[in-house]
Amino acid sequence: MGKRTIVPFGPQHPVLPEPLHLDLVLEDETVVDVIPSIGYIHRGLEKLCETKDYNKMVYVVERICGICSFGHGWGASAAIEGAMGVQVPERAEYLRTILHELGRVHSHLLWLGLMADAFGFESLFNHCWRIRETVLDLFEKNTGGRVVFSICKPGGMRKDISNENLQEMVTVLNGLKAEIKEITDVFINDASVKNRMTGVGVLTKEEAMELCAVGPTVRGSGVAQDLRLTGDHGVYHELGFEPVVEEAGDCMARTVVRIREVFQSIELIEKAVAQIPDGPVDCKVPKTVDGEFATRLEQPRGEAFYYAKGAGSKFLKRMRVRTPTNINIPALVKMLGGSDLADVPILALTIDRCWYSPSTRASAVQKGR
Amino acid sequence: MSKAYVTKSPWVVHYDGSSCNGCDIEVLACLMPMYDVERFGIINCGNPKHADVFLVTGSVNEQNKDVVKQIYEQMPEPKVVVAIGICACSGGIFKDCYNVLGGVDQVIPVDAYVPGCAARPEAIIDAVVTGLGILQAKRDAMVEAIDAPAAPAAAIAAPEAPAAASAPSEVQYPPIFTMSEVKVNATLYKK
Repeated sequence: MGKRTIVPFGPQHPVLPEPLHLDLVLEDETVVDVIPSIGYIHRGLEKLCETKDYNKMVYVVERICGICSFGHGWGASAAIEGAMGVQVPERAEYLRTILHELGRVHSHLLWLGLMADAFGFESLFNHCWRIRETVLDLFEKNTGGRVVFSICKPGGMRKDISNENLQEMVTVLNGLKAEIKEITDVFINDASVKNRMTGVGVLTKEEAMELCAVGPTVRGSGVAQDLRLTGDHGVYHELGFEPVVEEAGDCMARTVVRIREVFQSIELIEKAVAQIPDGPVDCKVPKTVDGEFATRLEQPRGEAFYYAKGAGSKFLKRMRVRTPTNINIPALVKMLGGSDLADVPILALTIDRCWYSPSTRASAVQKGR
Repeated sequence: MSKAYVTKSPWVVHYDGSSCNGCDIEVLACLMPMYDVERFGIINCGNPKHADVFLVTGSVNEQNKDVVKQIYEQMPEPKVVVAIGICACSGGIFKDCYNVLGGVDQVIPVDAYVPGCAARPEAIIDAVVTGLGILQAKRDAMVEAIDAPAAPAAAIAAPEAPAAASAPSEVQYPPIFTMSEVKVNATLYKK
């Protein structure tokens, strides 16, 4: 056994200017143990939600994450709608699905760029982000914001998006497909990229299930777990949705899952725009929230959980959010064990870290949940 | 030696306090092909010791205030801090949270503020350009404070005055190494 060294990683790191600190215990160049510490971002968001009325609260929840902000707004709205027993109009569900999938395209392109940055392929990084700007332009045109939209509210949408604008969105996205294929082919076919990612950080199917991994992390390990299948939210059941699954469980598999999901999301948007019915985009909601409701939503990073409990007033008694990154930390620790120090940035990125959890608590689930 | 590289092509270091990542991706978007400030030699370096401008997004809390302080202290003088986004300016929507101390100026001195949620790339670029003027002023003040002889100090300020414009064929390059710079470095090390 070699001499043990502890290398601190984060919270400020060239590829990860993000609030996660890892103490990497090394023997020579091999990581033998990892001690994660979180909480650099802890603000007390759930407590803040209790002091805002349910309409304003959605603005707060949206700001859990600036990358998947639409999804968080949707999740919080859906939890409140569930507690009120309100059914939103169909056009609103379609619009939410379309914007959520557009958010997934933006989020995955962003992640692919950061991944390229992590293995030192700067020009690929730039190209991913160049294409992403076109998606942000679509967001800005249709919602008014580049990264935070505030278009979702309990009871529907704050404003409608015209059918012409939706059609234009499809045209622009279809035009992007060739460009996206050009860059994603580099991830899949380039020999040096393959060398960095194939067989690195393998998470087997059993380990992924045992550690309760979520999102592309678990789908890259051969588990077809996707909350879009459940039909709780949106209109995925009408769009013929099938989850993207890869078997290998390494960095490459997780990257391929995301690449395929980009194209899948574009197809889902196209189908949804073709089917979207006319009608109102919001409905009347009660002035107060009674009852409680828990719901889960598939974010670009995986399962997010929202729980709302009303107390007969317009203020919630309790709002609970659990974000996918926190759930994936045990899987990350598992992947890092036995890896090379040089692969740590890639692995830290591979779960698509977005440490914007309102909570510092980690959730433990018993084996065989 | 010309100091144009400091005031025209600063290197930035970026730290995410407790931001929602909205401002962070806009900071990175500034460096990407759409806005592309890298063509001016502005580089996002990971090392605070190489950086001239510190971009902080998000508010500070109990857990990360020491990190923000450490990054600030590791940066060499002169340095400029830009608080990006309303959270970094005042705490923003999260200012009433129990674990939020407030804006970044609660912990370190801030030179430029960029409000907005999320701050737009144009606004971030504008703030960094404003910061460059402050950087130059801080540099000049440092040179003066060391009681430098008049001539080398003028030579350092030379890039500001476009002397070359009148006689392009006879460009007077400042000396490669001046005594005042030696003193600047010596005082830094003494600290």
